[in-house]
Amino acid sequence: MNEQNTELLSIEQLRKKWMSPEVISGSEILLRSLLLEGVDCVFGYPGGAVLYIYDAMYNYKEFKHLLTRHEQGAIHAADGYARASGKVGVCIATSGPGATNLVTGIATAYMDSVPLVVITGNVATTLIGTDAFQEADITGITLPITKHSYLVRDVKDLPRVIHEAFHIANTGRKGPVLIDIPKDVSAAMIKFKPDDSINVRGYNPRTVPNKLQIDKLVQAISEAKRPYILAGGGVIYSGAHEELFEFATRTEIPITTTLLGLGGFPSGHELWTGMPGMHGTYTSNNAIQQCDLLINIGARFDDRVTGKLNGFAPHAKIVHIDIDPAEIGKNVAVDIPIVGDVKTVFEMLNPLVKRTEQADEWRKLIQQWKSDYPFRYTDSDEVLKPQWVIEMLNETTNGEAIVTTDVGQHQMWAAQYYKFNHTRSWITSGGLGTMGYGLPSAIGAQMAQPDRLVISINGDGGIQMCSQELAICAINNIPVKIVIINNQVLGMVRQWQELIYNNRYSHIDLAGSPDFVKLAEAYGVKGLRATNKEEARIAWQEALATPGPVLLDFVVSKTENVYPMVTQGSTIDQMLMGDE
Amino acid sequence: MTMRHTISILVNDQPGVLQRVSGLFGRRGFNIESITVGQSEEVGLSRMVIVTLGDEHTLEQIEKQLYKLIDVIKVINLGSKPMVGRELALIKVKAETSERPEILGVVDTFRASVVDIGSNSLIVQVIGDSSKIDAMIELLTPYGIRELSRTGVTAMTRGNA
Repeated sequence: MNEQNTELLSIEQLRKKWMSPEVISGSEILLRSLLLEGVDCVFGYPGGAVLYIYDAMYNYKEFKHLLTRHEQGAIHAADGYARASGKVGVCIATSGPGATNLVTGIATAYMDSVPLVVITGNVATTLIGTDAFQEADITGITLPITKHSYLVRDVKDLPRVIHEAFHIANTGRKGPVLIDIPKDVSAAMIKFKPDDSINVRGYNPRTVPNKLQIDKLVQAISEAKRPYILAGGGVIYSGAHEELFEFATRTEIPITTTLLGLGGFPSGHELWTGMPGMHGTYTSNNAIQQCDLLINIGARFDDRVTGKLNGFAPHAKIVHIDIDPAEIGKNVAVDIPIVGDVKTVFEMLNPLVKRTEQADEWRKLIQQWKSDYPFRYTDSDEVLKPQWVIEMLNETTNGEAIVTTDVGQHQMWAAQYYKFNHTRSWITSGGLGTMGYGLPSAIGAQMAQPDRLVISINGDGGIQMCSQELAICAINNIPVKIVIINNQVLGMVRQWQELIYNNRYSHIDLAGSPDFVKLAEAYGVKGLRATNKEEARIAWQEALATPGPVLLDFVVSKTENVYPMVTQGSTIDQMLMGDE
Repeated sequence: MTMRHTISILVNDQPGVLQRVSGLFGRRGFNIESITVGQSEEVGLSRMVIVTLGDEHTLEQIEKQLYKLIDVIKVINLGSKPMVGRELALIKVKAETSERPEILGVVDTFRASVVDIGSNSLIVQVIGDSSKIDAMIELLTPYGIRELSRTGVTAMTRGNA
């Protein structure tokens, strides 16, 4: 390799460099196309069907590839990268088992509208359909969980397909796009010249809303006595957090942000009432149930937010702003539908709205609820309480870290007790609820935001679903702080079994888990353990002072539950509040 | 109120597009009563006609979800406009020599046609809206239907629209 190849060139420089038509392989076309799309880090795992692609990488030193230890790690890392950066995440896997190992990650990204381009290899076109070695119909398997997919049968389609895939993944309602490339296509030679035209006839996402609908909303706001904002992940994906802030502060309408919307509005702000739904705040859930105008901005009325649909927001005129027309009216009947990009909607809306006095009583009531019913737990000096651990992380980082989580109780506590000041700082699997997501997504987030502190909060269950990616942290010196809220059980399942299944604790004991400190050390990652507050403070300070990755095993109370809790079949104001 | 709806969908003529559309119906619990696919007036595009059962809310969701598919170019709910809907059926009916005149009488009345004659059976071809075909089948059933193949409905709006 000569030194020149390792020099990093801008996309424009690369385009110029490759502008004269050149005969190259499908694999090189793929690598060049990815670089021209501005991809600066790809996560993957090689295998038979992608060997030409990996062979091409040997010569493309500007192409940065991280070798994960499982394809699930690769795709969750790409997902975390996408959520932390706003760019498209990319991962590569081989055919058959490599491709099917991506399925969980594709579904995760699809449910949360995360832009990914997923590259899979396939057997040669001549072998497709013959049940060849390591063959799987991955486009067929992933049809219901991709925004779109391609099986590239001819190398001449490859440049167009890659370019289209990025366009589709990261516009409109974002989502994962799969490109399946047979081995002979990645080997085929063809003349290539960069092109950046786009022509997808059946794809025209509507970003500009109908002005009449905007006017209706302005009118509704001017008349409402109890207006309330429900903001979701769409605010973050659209980059509309500043516009949302202006809207909320201009109108002084109280606001809740959904699990995926956390960070879309500063958590410490007076107008913010916390997360709604199954484990939401007393204030947010009651505000939804008692408001007379509910303005949903980029959220999809997920059942974890609405609780029992029949009885949701019974007094409210409902406004739904969403880029995806199919979301409007899907779960909840809507009075004022607004199809468009959230940012564009705010740009039209904000100059037209103002604060109204008739909502003052309502504002007062909301503040009263906020001070009367904050999240609370019974602290202890004997055992470490998980909520206390999250509070400690929050206080010592001033809410400035990027937090990724796995799924379960720790996820809800993190959502409840960590306070977010910035957008793209909270990375969690909301829709699919994917265990194993926490560690690899943190790796991706850290690659996207190398200068920020990334904390990955996990349970002792979920960490074991992708713990092999500790190797990636060690080998690449990725300085994520991996927190395990270790209660030695599947906590959320335990909570449901206690509250809903009459204390019949069935198969939740995680006895047999490894010594996590030793596990970390085995991979070359620093491991620390804490069983009380004092140890926890010391361990955390040591982790913060350590430049590389650190795993922290916080051994916490086994019986703690997440409150409030709305059980299924209840409306969201029917909350179990826990021990008073 | 649950009703029968006929939807015409213009799609890219891509491998797997039928699977995408039918998969969407399956996954979201929409009903497919019949589905036909063939060439459209434009090279590279196919037309699917799907007959489905559902209320207005379901129909709205079907249209919106279909539009989310990148390969779907246009969705038309034909039920909202005057339309022509046609289906073809081939019916192999048991027909001893003695019964043939009677059967041919039914065929004539329906302006159907006999397209094959065997030693003790006939193949009847009938084209029309689905209720006409249902009626034809009902009338031929007493003679003994050996084989039945229906195409499902294809349809378009009337006039210049």
